[in-house]
Amino acid sequence: MITALIIILVAVGSVAFHLMSPWWWTPIASNWGFIDTTIIITFWVTGTVFVAILFFTGYCIWKFRHREGVKADVEYEPENKSLETWLTIGTTIGVVIMLTPGLFAWKQFITVPEGADEFEVVAQQWQWSYRLPGKDGVLGKSDVRKITPENPFGINADDPKGKDDVLIESDDLHLPIDRPVKVLLRAIDVLHDFYVPQFRAKMDMVPGTITYFWFTPTKVGNYEVLCAELCGVGHHAMRGMVVVDNDSDYRAWLAEQTTFGQSLAKAQQQKSIDLASTTDRATSEKKVSAQ
Amino acid sequence: MADATHDDVGYVPPAEIEEQDLYHAKSWITKYVFCQDAKVIAIQYSITAIAIGLVGLVLSWLMRLQLGFPEAFSFIEPDDYYQFITVHGMIMVIYLLTALFLGGFGNYLIPLMVGARDMVFPFVNMISYWVYLLAVVVLCASFFVPGGPTGAGWTLYPPQAILSGTPGSDGGIILMLVSLALFIVGFTMGGLNYVVTVFQARTRGLSLMRLPLTIWGILTATVLALLAFPALFVGAVMMLLDRILGTSFFMPSIVELGEHLSYGGGSPILFQHLFWFFGHPEVYIVALPAFGIVSDLISVHARRNIFGYRMMVWAIVIIGALSFVVWAHHMYVSGMNPYFGFFFATTTLIIAVPTALKVYNWTLTLWRGDIHLTTPMLFAIGFIVTFVNGGITGLFLGNVAIDVPLSDTMFVVAHFHMVMGVAPALVIFGAIYHWYPKITGRLLDETLGKFHFWVTFLGAYLIYFPMHYLGFVGVPRRYFELGDTQIFDQSVGDLNAFISIVTFIVGFAQLVFFFNLYRSYSKGKEAGPNPWRACSLEWQTAETPPGHGNFGKELPLVYRWPYDFNVPGAKEDFIPQNMSQSEAFPKRKAAAKTSRSRAAKK
Repeated sequence: MITALIIILVAVGSVAFHLMSPWWWTPIASNWGFIDTTIIITFWVTGTVFVAILFFTGYCIWKFRHREGVKADVEYEPENKSLETWLTIGTTIGVVIMLTPGLFAWKQFITVPEGADEFEVVAQQWQWSYRLPGKDGVLGKSDVRKITPENPFGINADDPKGKDDVLIESDDLHLPIDRPVKVLLRAIDVLHDFYVPQFRAKMDMVPGTITYFWFTPTKVGNYEVLCAELCGVGHHAMRGMVVVDNDSDYRAWLAEQTTFGQSLAKAQQQKSIDLASTTDRATSEKKVSAQ
Repeated sequence: MADATHDDVGYVPPAEIEEQDLYHAKSWITKYVFCQDAKVIAIQYSITAIAIGLVGLVLSWLMRLQLGFPEAFSFIEPDDYYQFITVHGMIMVIYLLTALFLGGFGNYLIPLMVGARDMVFPFVNMISYWVYLLAVVVLCASFFVPGGPTGAGWTLYPPQAILSGTPGSDGGIILMLVSLALFIVGFTMGGLNYVVTVFQARTRGLSLMRLPLTIWGILTATVLALLAFPALFVGAVMMLLDRILGTSFFMPSIVELGEHLSYGGGSPILFQHLFWFFGHPEVYIVALPAFGIVSDLISVHARRNIFGYRMMVWAIVIIGALSFVVWAHHMYVSGMNPYFGFFFATTTLIIAVPTALKVYNWTLTLWRGDIHLTTPMLFAIGFIVTFVNGGITGLFLGNVAIDVPLSDTMFVVAHFHMVMGVAPALVIFGAIYHWYPKITGRLLDETLGKFHFWVTFLGAYLIYFPMHYLGFVGVPRRYFELGDTQIFDQSVGDLNAFISIVTFIVGFAQLVFFFNLYRSYSKGKEAGPNPWRACSLEWQTAETPPGHGNFGKELPLVYRWPYDFNVPGAKEDFIPQNMSQSEAFPKRKAAAKTSRSRAAKK
C-alpha cells in the first residue's frame, strides 16, 4: 500500500518540482528559440510516458499485492501479440514526434546563413582571445607553428589579409546585435569549448582543426563565457565576457582596437628600442672596463 | 496456451557427448585462493569490485564536499578535485559495475543457470580474476606516485590527458592506461569463458529460448564487451606511445604555455571515436545484465511469467547490436563532421523503442500477478522508476539539437548517474538480496533490507532528479567551483549543498547493507534450497550453497522455460525447469489416463 503510494508520489512530486522549481534555463539571447521549443516538446512526450508508467506501476502494486490467505487470481499469459504491436507503434510515433523537430533544428544549426560575419575565438589554457577580420572582412591565414610572443595568434605575416585583423587578447568581445555571426573556433593546446548559456549554442575547440557554429545575438547585454570542455586544472576559472552592443556602440568600440599590423609594428619598435638599449649598455660597459 | 516457443514442453534431446571430469582442488590454497571453481571466482570478483567501489564512493563524497561547500574545505585543491572525479568515474564504470555484473554475477550464475558443472575453461577463468586484481592494484598505485592519479576526467581526452596542465600527467596517466589494458586482458579471458559456456555447456533440454533472461543479458553484454573493449585497448596503447615515446597518434601541433611541443599531425578526435566506440557499448555492458536480472526478480516475486519473453530476448539482442552504431552521440559538439549528427541522432532515438518495450513488459508482468513486496522486488521497482527517468533524459541528449545546450552540463551528469549508476546499482542490491540465500544458505534480514532500500532509492532520486535542473540553468560539469559569476545565483549553491547532504546520508546508509551481509552470514534465517520458490536451475541444486560441480550426481534435465508461475492446473504456483509434465500436473495425467481407459473401453 505504502509502496504504491510512494511510487505515485514520486511521479506527482517530479511534475510538481518541474513546474515550481526556481531552476530553469537562463533567458535566451540568441536566435536558437527552436532548440528550446524542441526541448519543450520532448518534455511533454517523455513526461506523459513517465507519469503513465509510474501510475500504472503504482496501481499494479496496490491492486495485485499478495494478501495472506487469499488465493491470487494470477493470469498466465506469456505473450499478447496485439498489445505488444500497439505499444511498439505508439512508441515509434512518440520517437518520431521528438526526432523530427530535433533534426530540423540541427539542419538550421549547421547551415550558416550567407553573409554571416566571421570572427575567431582562440582558446588556450586558461584564457580566451578573439580575432575579427578587419576592414577586408577576411581573416588572415594562421598556423599554430607560427606562434611567437609577438604573434600569439600565429597569423601568417606574409598573408596581406591578416594585416588588418583586429586582435583582442584577454579582454571582452563585443558583437553587434541582430547580425548573424559565424564563430570560428581554434585551440592551440588542448580541447576547450566556447559556451555562453544564453546563446544556447556551443562547440568544442580542437587543436589541429578549426570548428564552427553560428548564431544571431538578439538582446543587448553582457554575457559570461564559460569553458565547457575539461581543459586541465584551471578549467573552471576559464571565463570571459561577450558584450552585445547596438550598432553605434559597437562601431565606437571597434575603432579603439588594435590590428595585427599595428601590434606587429609596435613589437618591431619595441625590439629596436630593446636592441638599442642593450647596445648602449654594452658600449658603456666597454667604456667602464677601458677606464 | 499461447503459441510461445516454450510450448514444446517436455522434449529433452539425448546426450551427445559424455560428461568430462572436473578439476578437483587438492589443498586449501587451490580451493579458496587460486581457485578454479566459478563460484569462488565469482565471490573473489565481487569482493574486489565492491571494495574498490567503496573507494569510488569515498571519492564521490570528497567531490560533493567541494561542490556543496566550495569555501569550506581548504584541503581540496583543484588538482585533487579533478583527480577525485576522474578516478571515481573510472572505478564505478569499469572496475565496479563491469567487473561485478560480468565477473561476479556472470561467474556465479552462468554455470548454475545453464545447468553446467563449471565454466568450460576453469583455469583461464582463474587467471582472469588475478589479472583483474592486478589491474585494480595498478589503479590504486597511481595514488602513490609523484603527482598522483590522473585528473583528465574518466574520458581521458587527449591532448590534455598527457600534458602538464592536467594533474597526474607524470605517472598517473601511465598507470591508468596500463591498468585499463590489464583489465581488458583479464576481462577477455573471463568473457570468452562466459560466451562459450552458454553456447556449449547448457544442459540437455535447455534450448536458447528456455534461458533465463539473466543469462541473455549477461551473454549479450559479454559479446558487446568482447567486441568493444579492443577499441579502448587500442586507444590506451596509442596514448601510452604518445606519452612515453613521443609519437603523435592523437597529438597535433601544440603550443603549451608559450612553448612549442614536438608533437604534430595527430588527431584528438580520433581518440574520442575509439573511446566512445567502446564507451557506448559499455553503457549497455552495464545495463543489459541489469535488464536480465531485473526481469527474473520481477517475475519470481510477482509470481507471474515474464510478459513477452521472446520480445524481451530480441530487445536485448537488438539493443546490443544498435549500441555499436550510436557512439558518436557523445560527440555531437566535439567538432566532428556535423552531418554525422543526423545519422547518430536517428539511431539513438531508434534504440529507445526496444528499450521502452522492455519497460512496458516489466510493468505488464506486474499486471494480474501476485506481488510479494520482498526486498528484491522493492529494488526491482526502484529500478523501473530510476531507469525510466534516466532513459527519457537520454531522449533529450540523444536528440542532436537539444544536446547542444545541454552537453557538458550537470544535466549529463544527472542523466548518466540515474540511468547507468543508480538503476544498475539498485539491480545489484536486489540481486544480492535475491541470491544471497543461495550463496550462503541464509536469508538477509528483511527489515534492514527495506530500510536500506528506501533510503537508497529515495535518496538517490533526490540527488539526481534536481541535478538535471542545474544543467538547464547552464552549470557546466567538471567545475571545481562556480566562483564569482553573474549567471548562477545563490539558489544554485543551495541546491548543490542539499545534494551533497543527501549524498552523505545515502552513502552512510550502505553501512546498514554491509552490516546485514555480515550478520546474516551467521545469524540469518535458514533459507533452504529454494526460498523464493523460483523455477530456474540454480534453485534446484542438491546442496545449498551448491557444492563443487554444482549439481549432484546427475545434471538436471530441462523440460520448460524458467517462468512457469501459476500455470493453470499445476499442483504448485511454480514449476521448476527440471520438472517434467507428469510431475507438474499429476491430476492432468490421471485425467488423461482415465479418459484413455474410457476410450479403450468403448
